[in-house]
Amino acid sequence: MLREPATVGLTPVEFLVKLFTDPAAWYNANQLVIAQMGINALLGLSIWVTLYCGQLTMANIGFMAIGAYTTVIMAIHLHTPFAVNALAGTALAAGVAVVIGLPVLRLRGVYLAIATLAFGEVVRFGVILNLGITGKGQGLNNPAAEPGTAGLLPVLVIVAVLTTVFSRLRSSKVGLACAAIREEEVAAASGGTNVAAFKLGTFVLGAAIAGLAGSLDARLNFFIDPSEFGVQRAILILVVAFVGGILSPTGPVLGAVLLIALPEIVRSAQDYRYVLYGLALMVIAVFRPKGLIARRSGGRRTRRQRALGDPVSDGV
Amino acid sequence: MRNDVQQLLNGLFLGSIYALFALGYTLVFGVLDVLNLAHSSVFTMGAVVSYSVVAIHGGPFWLAAVLGIAVSGGLGLVIEYASLRPLRRRAAPPITALVSTIGLALVLVSLIEQARGGALFGWLWRDGANSVRFPRGSVPEKTFRPFGLTLDVNKAAILVVTVVLVVALAWILRRSGAGRAMRAVAENPRAARYMGIDVDRVMAVTLVASSALAGLAGILYGLAISDISPYIGRDQLELRGLAVLVLGGMGSVVGSVVGGYLLAIAEVVALLTIGSNFRAAVAFGLLFVMLVVRPQGLFGAARPERS
Repeated sequence: MLREPATVGLTPVEFLVKLFTDPAAWYNANQLVIAQMGINALLGLSIWVTLYCGQLTMANIGFMAIGAYTTVIMAIHLHTPFAVNALAGTALAAGVAVVIGLPVLRLRGVYLAIATLAFGEVVRFGVILNLGITGKGQGLNNPAAEPGTAGLLPVLVIVAVLTTVFSRLRSSKVGLACAAIREEEVAAASGGTNVAAFKLGTFVLGAAIAGLAGSLDARLNFFIDPSEFGVQRAILILVVAFVGGILSPTGPVLGAVLLIALPEIVRSAQDYRYVLYGLALMVIAVFRPKGLIARRSGGRRTRRQRALGDPVSDGV
Repeated sequence: MRNDVQQLLNGLFLGSIYALFALGYTLVFGVLDVLNLAHSSVFTMGAVVSYSVVAIHGGPFWLAAVLGIAVSGGLGLVIEYASLRPLRRRAAPPITALVSTIGLALVLVSLIEQARGGALFGWLWRDGANSVRFPRGSVPEKTFRPFGLTLDVNKAAILVVTVVLVVALAWILRRSGAGRAMRAVAENPRAARYMGIDVDRVMAVTLVASSALAGLAGILYGLAISDISPYIGRDQLELRGLAVLVLGGMGSVVGSVVGGYLLAIAEVVALLTIGSNFRAAVAFGLLFVMLVVRPQGLFGAARPERS
């Protein structure tokens, strides 16, 4: 389910202590893990955008694949700089999202989730496996890989910027409209919100973020292949957003950090670490059904929170 | 031409597996209104347990099949009591059921994955992440050659088992008290409770039946279609099961049978006409188009407001 990050076998305590005693060495030893956290945080944010608007869409893995392949193909054939490639990958993902979003966003709930999940597989099996330019499923070597800090830094910066911007946007007109659609679509529509436009807008924005995540991820790797863009990864993206909580954009970021760190922290359990990981998901679902960053339902809520509403209700 | 007919015949066997698998999916979705994403890991577990009884413990195949189905049915209870019932009690949002069953699936698959010789679960399976197949001669092997086609007995058995089970299930749902209770809960759990039906019990029974079907499908799949690995359910059946569910109409028994065969035949036709690389793409393309054009599926009632 997760790619195996290559780290040395530290115990959980050593792992955490080293973070504070020797941050530089910790960073060097755990660059791959941090990169995974950053990319998964971006993917978590990409699905968060649609979840916040009440839509459970699972197409982001397909958009990530589009971003990744566009970036590498342009690097191979056009030798354009990364910024151009990433922009093209992001734009292509957004463009495709407009085309498939128009028919698909009429669906709701589980139906929307399954349709968008199917889209990802159509991209993988229908397009990537059959086009000569994508290596027909054999994968592509990336001539412009930047696995070090140069590739990692933009990821972290973009995660920070998006988290801040989305956090602010929640109390804006746009954010409130999204919350309204999520809570009660009919009421939002009769209140004058253009529901269809908001649904498509958030879907395209999510696709663009996922495409960008794909571009950035491709840059970190010397090789990309279609097996990275399967259903399991699509499910992981949802889990990342859910575990952190979808009330706030810091939720998916926290979710990505925790879910990538967890197998590392319980590494001493070796063969059983994914058993523990699965159990952790089950426990979180029961005891924190609204994600880790969410107030207890019995607790006091501020006026703003009441206005923003409860993100995990019907529809999602 | 003969090859084409042979391929279509093989499609029927595969379609039976899809149908059995999707029947379980559809029962749970119909009665509990949740997608059980641990279903595919139960499918794998059925195949792994019966393989282990035959190959590691030297048991006869009939015992292996019985144990495989029993363990799968038991896992249905695990899904109900560990994942779904606690969430129902807390009136958690539907998405939590997805996450919880994903977690359970991960637990089951990882348990199989690490089962090597000497490991804690070594008695369950010994080959870790490798793929294995039933030893030759574990079931009577005989091949008929009608009209120059190849027809293995064990593959033909898949068809027979599927038809018998589907008819039996349809009869149970329509005629028996338990079936009526299931349909009542599917229609409206609250009203069913007011009529004196033990809703929790009906849901538990549904999960046992659904998981037993998945386990049986796994055993047949491992016996006649493909090698067994910890990932057969997840990689081969999970999304195809969802495709069948949507094609046939969610919660419809007839729909999942027709959908299963339809999907398998569509895959074979794609294989024969445009090549093997398009096989899976056709399956998911079909699903995609169906959802956009007719989201309720072939046999589902139109419920556009349902979310």
